[in-house]
Amino acid sequence: MTDVRLNMAKVEAEAAVRPRRRPGGARARERAAWGFVAPALIAIGVFFAVPVFAALLLSLTDFDIYALADLDNVRFIGVQNYERLFGNPLFWGAMKNTGLFAVLGVPLSIAASLAAAVILNARVVKWRPLWRVIFFAPFVTTLVATAVLWNYLLHTRYGVINWAISSVGLSPVDWLGQPSTSIPAILMFVVWKIFGYNMLIFLAVLQTVPDDLYEAARIDGAGVWKRFTHVTLPAIAPTLLLVSIISVASFFQLFAEPYVMTQGGPAQSTVTVLYFMYEEGFKWWNLGSASAVAFVLFVCILAVTLVQLAVAKRMGAYE
Amino acid sequence: MTARRVPSVALNAAVAFIALLVLFPLLWMLSVSFMATGEAASFPPPLLPSTWTLEHYRDLFVTQGMGRYLWNSFALATMATGLALLFTVPAGYAFAKLRFRGRERTFQLLVAALVVPAQIGTLPLFLMLKGMGLVNTYAGALVPWLASIFGLFLVRQYSLSIPDEMLEAARIDGASEGQIFRRVVLPTLQPIIVTLALFVFLGSWNDFLWPLIILTDQSNYTLPVALAALSREHVQDIEMMMAGAVITVAPVLILFLALQRYYIRGMLAGSVKG
Repeated sequence: MTDVRLNMAKVEAEAAVRPRRRPGGARARERAAWGFVAPALIAIGVFFAVPVFAALLLSLTDFDIYALADLDNVRFIGVQNYERLFGNPLFWGAMKNTGLFAVLGVPLSIAASLAAAVILNARVVKWRPLWRVIFFAPFVTTLVATAVLWNYLLHTRYGVINWAISSVGLSPVDWLGQPSTSIPAILMFVVWKIFGYNMLIFLAVLQTVPDDLYEAARIDGAGVWKRFTHVTLPAIAPTLLLVSIISVASFFQLFAEPYVMTQGGPAQSTVTVLYFMYEEGFKWWNLGSASAVAFVLFVCILAVTLVQLAVAKRMGAYE
Repeated sequence: MTARRVPSVALNAAVAFIALLVLFPLLWMLSVSFMATGEAASFPPPLLPSTWTLEHYRDLFVTQGMGRYLWNSFALATMATGLALLFTVPAGYAFAKLRFRGRERTFQLLVAALVVPAQIGTLPLFLMLKGMGLVNTYAGALVPWLASIFGLFLVRQYSLSIPDEMLEAARIDGASEGQIFRRVVLPTLQPIIVTLALFVFLGSWNDFLWPLIILTDQSNYTLPVALAALSREHVQDIEMMMAGAVITVAPVLILFLALQRYYIRGMLAGSVKG
């Protein structure tokens, strides 16, 4: 903290001493600029770039609890961590669960966001600013606190959700207690928490669509659905792509939800890749192998992003 | 006209109904936190307490050390906000308005780095901080907030709109770059500074994985870490857990409601423009 202040003070002092006959000397300005950006760049380098590259190296070692005690115990083992990982059914289980979360969660949350945005964008809806804030509020709440809350909402015997279900005559569900419903149950919570975020983005884009377009479509005899697919969807297509890329990445990084709500259970059905990495690294202290997990996750996110971009490009080319 | 009024009423009713669904969990949490011990564990679940009590809040602060966790969360979020502003605001401005060698290339590098999730570096960062003796300290918990590429972008994007003539005029008047930054730039950046401060404060307050890893001693726990630990011990105490959730959520929710204009504007600037 003091470094920055010192830097800035130094820069100021230098500039003050400098005679005025070269107003805004390019070199002085360049030095000032470096004074402004250096603290941030150094912090990003030391606490972000170095750890990321170190993770790649770490994933090629057998760094474990013995190495934590004495660094002499670290050995370079090549890609053995990756080989062992790919032979581990628990890891594939985590990959499968994470994939399920993303495949179900991304369309579900985007559909919820889009539906809410389209409804709120209707001219006839009153008090829009109020509804907007209410829909968005869950997003800013503390994830751990609302996950604890939903644990009780989803409670098999006393939960409000089962009460609602049984009041329409269906039998109660053991949401978090059986592998077949644990992922949908957590997804219910996640969609409730995050849909407001993308809703605000969609809403901002929808407000840029001119009313004339809808009016013209209406005169041409287009119904509500036709207007949605022919006017709304094309208008928001680029945003839809951006939102889906960000959503995939965030669903790939689910951690606190299973940690708080199910601890990965029942029967490992909610162990995500990041949860697997956490247990491997900070429960069993296999930091080498945990780093390998982190890198596989990164490659997966990157690959899906590239595929999405390619698909978008191809669709754009056909239009 | 009547043909249009029916969908209008239906739409408004639908919106109000969704709003109720969205708000219900939070209202239920608040209501249960005031119930007597064991009251919420019955069927059908009661919606309002039969007698209102503050015993769980008292219990949390007196016997569970909630005051300590609240202080940790507050102190860490405040310091994270100050540090993040100090590091990113000058840098964001410089990337937008000051010319220096390698600016474009550095910026492109930072853009590319946005694709890399921060979690990848978690394990080496932990080892690094362990070597520096910063595990289980506030300093260790604060480190990730210094290196916010997103914050830098936010400030840069906003700074682009500062007119060059304004800066040139100040230079001709003989002001140094530092003086210009403080007297001319900072006042114009005020809205985006509030936005960034809000993002960092809420982000730090709500953060879970990093504090869980780096704050090993219970006396240093933040609210989310403490709440997660508490919920494993006290699964049966619905009412007390809900009081803990209210204490955790209320400060950020109130802060957001008070400054929502800044939050939403910054969020849209950060994502719609890319």
